[in-house]
Amino acid sequence: MDDLLARDLVVVTGKGGVGKSTVAAALGLAAARRGRRTIVAEVARRDDVSRALGGTGVHARPGAAGGGPGEDELAPGLHHLSIDPEDALDEYLVEQLPTRALADALRGSRTFGLFAAATPGMRELLTVGKAWELAQPARRSPGADPYDLVVLDAPATGHGVAVLAAPRTFAEITRVGRVARQGRTIDAMLSDPARTGVVAVARPEEMPVTEALALEQAVRATIGLDVGLVVANAVLPQRFSAADAAVLDAAADGGAPVRAARAAHARARAQRSQLRRLRRHARAPVATLPLLPAPALGRDELERLATALEAAL
Amino acid sequence: MKARLKGKRIVICAGSGGVGKTTTSAALSMGLAAEGRRVAVVTIDPARRLATALGLEELGNEPVLVDPERFAGHGIEMRGELWAMMLDAKRTFDELIERLAPDAATRDEVLSNRIYQQLSGAVAGSQEFTAVAKLYELDRSGKFDVLVLDTPPSRNALDFLDAPDRLTGFFEGRALRVFLAPTGLAARVVGRGTSVVFGILKRLTGVDLLEDLGVFFRALGGLIDGFKERAEGVKALLSDPATTFLVITSPEREPVEEAVFFASKLRDARMAFGGLVVNRVHSVDGGPPEADLDALEAALGDARLAAKVARAYAEERALAERDAAAIAALRARTGEDDPVVVPQLDGDVHDIDGLVRVHAHLFGDQPTRTIRGGRQRPSTTAARGS
Repeated sequence: MDDLLARDLVVVTGKGGVGKSTVAAALGLAAARRGRRTIVAEVARRDDVSRALGGTGVHARPGAAGGGPGEDELAPGLHHLSIDPEDALDEYLVEQLPTRALADALRGSRTFGLFAAATPGMRELLTVGKAWELAQPARRSPGADPYDLVVLDAPATGHGVAVLAAPRTFAEITRVGRVARQGRTIDAMLSDPARTGVVAVARPEEMPVTEALALEQAVRATIGLDVGLVVANAVLPQRFSAADAAVLDAAADGGAPVRAARAAHARARAQRSQLRRLRRHARAPVATLPLLPAPALGRDELERLATALEAAL
Repeated sequence: MKARLKGKRIVICAGSGGVGKTTTSAALSMGLAAEGRRVAVVTIDPARRLATALGLEELGNEPVLVDPERFAGHGIEMRGELWAMMLDAKRTFDELIERLAPDAATRDEVLSNRIYQQLSGAVAGSQEFTAVAKLYELDRSGKFDVLVLDTPPSRNALDFLDAPDRLTGFFEGRALRVFLAPTGLAARVVGRGTSVVFGILKRLTGVDLLEDLGVFFRALGGLIDGFKERAEGVKALLSDPATTFLVITSPEREPVEEAVFFASKLRDARMAFGGLVVNRVHSVDGGPPEADLDALEAALGDARLAAKVARAYAEERALAERDAAAIAALRARTGEDDPVVVPQLDGDVHDIDGLVRVHAHLFGDQPTRTIRGGRQRPSTTAARGS
């Protein structure tokens, strides 16, 4: 597990709302601190990581400063991209076809547009294909430098697994031809534990824990990879001992502060039992990140979380 | 909540993942059923939270009556019927094909096609489509007074609204026509296409993918009228005056953005925005800005514990302020003056007692009996006090 950040690609997934983007950003910061040229890639038109790190939303021009189109540098050594399957398709065609004119002809063709839009799983394939491309020594965009590490902020559990499975599925359907070969190449990277790590994010609550555990099974079943790390996010501090709690319960009246303390203790206890369940059943090591009582997570909070993750790694 | 849902036959709970949609849907359904109506709740969450909450070991692809005995002794009088189901996207898709296929050969051709198998599986959008298709079917069955839909755990709730339109668009010519036309892609695959596009495609994908696609679209051609009718029916259902959308959120930043966006899209699409439910709201019940350490020490008889309580209070207060600001922003940006606020509960909601607690907050009344753990104040007071 200590070599998680030394891989080429780290895929972060888990139940919706557990803080996947937060964990992806913190992992990215931790990797950048180690001197790895890192990019956090988000999907589905989201810009959460960029916003949290104070991104301007203004994307670098193609090829500017060693980045491909849409790739911003948010912190020293930490880059960001919101993957757009349409753009990924354009790039792919330009690279695959002998001339740019041919690629343009294809993109301008109604038949092709309909083919691309109507083929189930195409968006998933293009998304994971783009993540793969970011990690290649030779980039598709002229002048774009490769990344040492790509952190993919993937969709939630079920769809996240579908994204991971897309190259293999397409290779199986097409059998021969370039897409099949490329599908197998991407799949070889995804299913190689030395190159790809999967991080399952949960909150210490019943359903997110259940999904994280199911995710371990699903990832193994679809691409034959073991989840490398489980992150329990937004963990409350264990502030009160059982004796403290007894005193709090017995207190006749301490007003709002005592009521708040009782409620916080009850929630922390419920979390602790879910955390125990997660640790007992997860095959991967479990790291925890504290709940930060900040209005919104910004750079300072993410730096703190990166430090906490580094300690766990 | 009672007033908002008056006369509604279909209640759709939308919002981003992890905000408590499933719990809200279940508690809402339980409340409507308790009032004497036959309610079916359709849930999609693959974590099967509802199954746990309702003590159902297995939810099939059809609604199952929740044993009224389950509610006995939990402070809720069940006068109607609560039915629950867990949507199986793949099975719903298969059933639709079976129903619409003109003959057994077409049915088998579609079901065994690899492109279809992928489409009906975990691909983005298939859950959204099957959810509304199932809703439509249940509505047509006439067996229920109210249907409550817990929408798929999608990152973008909009995918859900688009589902029927995408399907109608798809079948109104567009992709399908290209594949079905005598000179279309399917014909070219079977015959010998010479167009540039087809030549390039063949080089990239090999001929197998194109053949599978060709077979898939040709077979679908036989289902087209049924599919179109269904998609139009679904669209009409979503805009029906008896349908309402509840937007569910938590006070965290991303779900709030999603809720604002979704509410505006509902208005654009002229669909009914029935209200906002904000879950997991922290509150300090109008407590002081800071804990009084001396008073705490006097009350608890322990300086060390008093300091810890003061810290816990400061954190709770910070979260309460964050949440109050989020609710104020939601009110301003969605135009919903009176969102229903459900406080952060002391633990997971995974049983009937938990649902009863949520129900009390949703419907703004405390049940007749004191509910374990129901310490927080109900309803919208937290928002108004902010």
